[in-house]
Amino acid sequence: MSGVRVLVGTHKGAFILSSDGKREKWEVAGPLFAGWEIYHMKGSAVDPNRIYASQTSGWFGQILQRSDDGGKTWQQPGTPVGEAPATGGGPPKAASNKFVYDTSAETGKPLTTHQWYDGTQHPWEFKRVWHLEPSLRDAETVYAGVEDAALFKSTDGGQNWKELAGLRGHGTGPMWQPGAGGMCLHTVILDPGNEKRIWIAISAAGAFRTEDGGVTWKPINRGLRSEFIPDQDAEVGHCVHHVAMNPGRPGVMFMQKHWDVMRSDDAGDSWREVSGNLPTDFGFVIDVHAHEPETIYVVPIKSDSEHYVMEGKLRVYRSKSGGGEWEALTRGLPQKDCYVNVLRDAMAVDSLDECGIYFGTTGGQVYASSDAGETWNAIVRDLPAVLSVEVQTL
Amino acid sequence: MIRVVLPFHLRALAQVAGEVPLEVPTPVTVRTALDALEARYPMLRGTIRDQVTKERRAFLRFFVGEEDWSLEPADKLLPEAVISGREPLVVIGAIAGG
Repeated sequence: MSGVRVLVGTHKGAFILSSDGKREKWEVAGPLFAGWEIYHMKGSAVDPNRIYASQTSGWFGQILQRSDDGGKTWQQPGTPVGEAPATGGGPPKAASNKFVYDTSAETGKPLTTHQWYDGTQHPWEFKRVWHLEPSLRDAETVYAGVEDAALFKSTDGGQNWKELAGLRGHGTGPMWQPGAGGMCLHTVILDPGNEKRIWIAISAAGAFRTEDGGVTWKPINRGLRSEFIPDQDAEVGHCVHHVAMNPGRPGVMFMQKHWDVMRSDDAGDSWREVSGNLPTDFGFVIDVHAHEPETIYVVPIKSDSEHYVMEGKLRVYRSKSGGGEWEALTRGLPQKDCYVNVLRDAMAVDSLDECGIYFGTTGGQVYASSDAGETWNAIVRDLPAVLSVEVQTL
Repeated sequence: MIRVVLPFHLRALAQVAGEVPLEVPTPVTVRTALDALEARYPMLRGTIRDQVTKERRAFLRFFVGEEDWSLEPADKLLPEAVISGREPLVVIGAIAGG
């Protein structure tokens, strides 16, 4: 292990922050894809030089970018820079930004409707890729969680995508509804020991799990309570903001729901609240220490109407007991006049011996702690609003 | 040879500067012009019109001179001024904050 690479997606481009294992001095590269929203970037665990990025725009739609050299150069998969023009009118070699819901008779599900903000039904429409999750076994395989909620898979390095339609076609779709950010599939967790088992989460539908590689899915929301739905204990309809799992302990899951921090010890079959003494249990991010699976981190946000930290103080809360008892981590973080948010995919941990924690804010700061949260430093302070943070331990 | 003017972000994506000269087989229409553009610059597929339905993306507009062609049928013959290269076909992003 020689260093870390922090992949930062922002509202106006991507940035790559690099450091050696000490994590004291940083190099900042970017903006990449300047002016575009970069919802997420993530590197392959199999080949760290392989990085995928979701580049989106309300004007120009979805673009999928890939780097094979650790972020130095990028291409739209299947459309290398300098490639000879297509000729002859044949089918395109690749369609890396073509996300079409699978309605085929063989593997697809009919394109149905979901609940709209006003309670009416609304057709499923692709809008963007929120999250890219590279396979733990094969650098060419990558999953994409999209809005309107669905899971896609590519097995050719992002050149072509196929929906795992069993999720969208689970049958509860008409009860799914968008949160304020849209009806997004934002969390994809792969089981290191079982490639057929995948967890996903959707705002606002809840968490789901497959045991057969994505053919069939089970809602796993027992124990969640949400005041904004008529049946507060419903099977689906919960606004799950993020789920995290220590890869060394598959099946022990931690969730930041709209309100409530939750924990499951049975792979999501049941959940219990572990908000404990948090000053507010609303928030977006949650993550787990790389080596201490009972040590978890959240950033409490004042409320769902006031998307900023409480009392003008940016505080990461850590529990060393898997929830319930929390302590505020503040050293190096602003404790006055700070009113930022930390979005759901904007926290990550490295796996160096002394676990590093990273998060980005809507104010454009990216903070790092190289001592598991005891102290913090801003790597950068003035980026565009941060949408996502991932880290690669190199 | 027609001329196509792209907005900043699409010029960056296609790695072109300024106007794009384009050979378009007859009949020269918005559809055939975009077909030729996407064939020459495959990275632009899906950015101007939907990959499947071929409908113009909602926040983009097409202009010929001062004339708005956004709502014209995609198969309508473009004016002689565009076909001859005197006037460009202009793709414009809707003006909005951000």
